[in-house]
Amino acid sequence: MNKAVNLVGKALPAIVFGALFFGFWEWAVRFFELKPYFLTAPSSIWGEFITNFSFIRRAATVSGTNALIGLVAGTVLGVAMSFGLSRFRFLNQIVTPLAVALNAVPIFVLVAVLNNMYSITSEIPRRVMVTLVVYFIVLVNVARGLTEVSPTHVEIMRSYAASDLAILRKVRIPNALPFLFVSLKIAAPAAVITAFVSEYFGGSQNGLGSRISSNIANSKNAVAWAYVLSACLLGLMFYLFSVLMESLNRKGEMK
Amino acid sequence: MTAVSIRKVSKAFNVGKSNQVDALHEVSLDVKPGEFVSLIGPSGCGKSTLLRLVANLLEPTAGEVMVNGKSAVTARLDQDYGMAFQQAGLFDWRTVRKNIELPLELKGWDKGDRQTRAEEMLQLVQLPEFADHYPWQLSGGMQQRIAIARALAAHPPLLLMDEPFGALDEMTREYMQGELLRICAATGTTVVFVTHSIPEAVYLSNRVVVMSPRPGRITKIVDVSLGGERTEETRNRTAFFEAITTVREGLRGMHAAHVGLGNDNR
Repeated sequence: MNKAVNLVGKALPAIVFGALFFGFWEWAVRFFELKPYFLTAPSSIWGEFITNFSFIRRAATVSGTNALIGLVAGTVLGVAMSFGLSRFRFLNQIVTPLAVALNAVPIFVLVAVLNNMYSITSEIPRRVMVTLVVYFIVLVNVARGLTEVSPTHVEIMRSYAASDLAILRKVRIPNALPFLFVSLKIAAPAAVITAFVSEYFGGSQNGLGSRISSNIANSKNAVAWAYVLSACLLGLMFYLFSVLMESLNRKGEMK
Repeated sequence: MTAVSIRKVSKAFNVGKSNQVDALHEVSLDVKPGEFVSLIGPSGCGKSTLLRLVANLLEPTAGEVMVNGKSAVTARLDQDYGMAFQQAGLFDWRTVRKNIELPLELKGWDKGDRQTRAEEMLQLVQLPEFADHYPWQLSGGMQQRIAIARALAAHPPLLLMDEPFGALDEMTREYMQGELLRICAATGTTVVFVTHSIPEAVYLSNRVVVMSPRPGRITKIVDVSLGGERTEETRNRTAFFEAITTVREGLRGMHAAHVGLGNDNR
């Protein structure tokens, strides 16, 4: 009971701000008689969202599936590689500059190259793209968690004649867990964004990203906004999921 | 048999390079079973290095270190000593109980035995009600007591301590010194203790080893006989102050020759 009151109290400022924001938006569109191609009212966006819900859901499923598959694959690969990096330090010197270099260019453009490798209707290029983005985020963070352990902890383990494997299991992995969850919090929304943006580089016109661009091209702005709303919701869902995972981990720790 | 036997041990870092540091030069020292020996000296005198050589966390460049009649490597692999550092070094993701059980886990003890021993150790450091707390929920002094409980969990005959109370406030520190003496008396553990504090070294030790830097070596060994059990009252005794003065003179003698040249090699 108290908890629920507390939660509402915490959420209240955000809810009030959101209501004011959309209220002002709606009012501004009506008061200044803004044309729909310039700015669409929230009420008509919501209307389109309801009307087109089954299409929106289908498109969201396509983008969401791409994002999810890429997120899982990238996380698994990133974690696996970070173990390799922490075991063989020389790999670190090879892979880290590569990771930095790849993060410096807008790597979405790679999807154009990948599209040429597969058939035009394939979802694989988009999934590979998401995997790549997630992979580097997870790799860099988890590798840090595995290597940056307290020197005192390592000395204590060595004083107990612990093997490298025991140090890995009892010190490095527990130390890296929070790093993994932080990286997931960054990677989950990034996966969704990458899945959308990948759709702008051709391939099937079935996901949220391509729906947004084609509706804008047809001047159906309210419908495009409805897809944008759905994209927001999808990104939010991924983010909340990663936060939930982290809090479950915390709870395990605090009992 | 001596608990620790150090024979003409030298340790140099960066051997053969322009920045070679001679941390220790031909140091010899014997520690008897049940004895409490403190190593004291300015930064860079090699006291922590010497402790790590005994722990086999470092290898000597020359000379020989024996622990419990075995080579230092064998002694480490047999877990013949426990170690405590300035940072308690407890694992935040383990409960207090699980922290104490760690060395036993590594020895392959089964769960029941581990739990029994952890209970025993918690009784010994007088914190049984904190078994299921996490380390970050405890004060610095409590954390250090848990670290001592962990170091002694496997009942090693030797305890190596590197400025374990260095980060505590003065009152907690004096309390911890009393606790340490009580625990060592109860378990009969031999202790080698590194410290910066003269009163701490004198209060705790049977012998205080005074070291000096460049190269690290032993310059003086002060026998401390305060007679009978050491209590808070001991700190007011004339013999206590006299021992402090003797150690201080030992430190000052070499300090005059090495003013401001301290170089911590830890």
